[in-house]
Amino acid sequence: MSLLPYFDVGLALLIVGVAVWIIAARDLFASVVSYVAYGLLLAFVWIRLYAPDVALTEAAVGGGVTGVLLITAGKRLGALKSIAPEAQPGLGFKLRIGVLAALVAAALGAVMIMLPDPPPSLAPQAAAAAAGAGAGLGNPITAVLISYRSFDTMLEKIVLILAVLAVWSVGSDKAWGNTPAPFRQSKPYAPMVFLAQMLAPIGALIGLHIFWVGADAPGGAFQGGALLAAMWMVAMMARLVEPPRVDARWLRLALIAGPAVFLIVGLAGEFVAGAFFAYPPGIAKPIILIIEAFMLLSITASLPMLVAGPPIERSEK
Amino acid sequence: MTGLLDLFSIAAIGAGTFFFFAGTVGLLRFPDSLTGLHALAKADNLGLGLVVLGLIPRADSALSALKLIVIWALVLLSGASTSQLIGRALRRGRK
Repeated sequence: MSLLPYFDVGLALLIVGVAVWIIAARDLFASVVSYVAYGLLLAFVWIRLYAPDVALTEAAVGGGVTGVLLITAGKRLGALKSIAPEAQPGLGFKLRIGVLAALVAAALGAVMIMLPDPPPSLAPQAAAAAAGAGAGLGNPITAVLISYRSFDTMLEKIVLILAVLAVWSVGSDKAWGNTPAPFRQSKPYAPMVFLAQMLAPIGALIGLHIFWVGADAPGGAFQGGALLAAMWMVAMMARLVEPPRVDARWLRLALIAGPAVFLIVGLAGEFVAGAFFAYPPGIAKPIILIIEAFMLLSITASLPMLVAGPPIERSEK
Repeated sequence: MTGLLDLFSIAAIGAGTFFFFAGTVGLLRFPDSLTGLHALAKADNLGLGLVVLGLIPRADSALSALKLIVIWALVLLSGASTSQLIGRALRRGRK
């Protein structure tokens, strides 16, 4: 007799409960905190579905980075509210949002129920393809991401750059080229400084480790990059480092490094291996690791820039 | 020998679970947030420490045992620091 099915059912019920609470909570901060808890519980679900790679990403991005992003956004909304109190959505608007969200949820649920049995799957082809070109990688997930679905993976990183550009372009014209607002207005606070000084080196090491083992075990550029990004944010929150100027050359190079290297290697594959995004057999693994290393750099640079927000005009004191 | 180790694991994880339970009850029942933090620290530090202690004999290798200890140490570090931060935020809110 196994207790695991009961655990699964309990987990599923808990997630539905937390999801309801995210919507029902009256306080914005309470719903953001529940959303972080929701992300961490989802990571458990992925573990139970034997998808540790997805679980790592969910915990790092869904639980961590998105949580910081939402808390920061909530704080800015709070500041806006005191300026324009009449800018509250009306009941009709809220109702329409609710109806739309319910329709989307119902459509997704209907699709899930109507899935044919067995569901159509590209997994066997993907596994076969990954075993071909991505040979040498022990982790089939990384092989699929970088080899079989390489173009998708590259476009995902370009989406991140576009998101950073969108955030930057919200700033005013005069502020262009300046730094984003500091993560905290207050002076450095000793326990926060202590935490950042202790945690950031260890976390950076773990992030690099997760990236490095990604070739053979669960992990990879995105999970490792999210951790490195989090460590950079911790250091900025403790005011050990300040956000960089948005026109800094190194920052922009770091942002585009991942997709750029990916694209160059992909184009080179056209001539060397005979197809766009094909890797020459034999040295596929080192090439994939190089691409992943630059992806790591881009992810580490872009996620904190999303949280830091648009550049602000420098206040002369 | 393995029976004895199993017994040790059961005892340690059981004790850890008790601290998590007591910590959760404390968090829910204590009157204000500062005492809630006190209850939470017991669950994080002692509860997780005992669970890790119980899991160490069951680890596949010395390296995974070490990883378990590192996880506990990281939780200790972040727990202690965030308690300070939350405590300060509460004190500021009261003034």
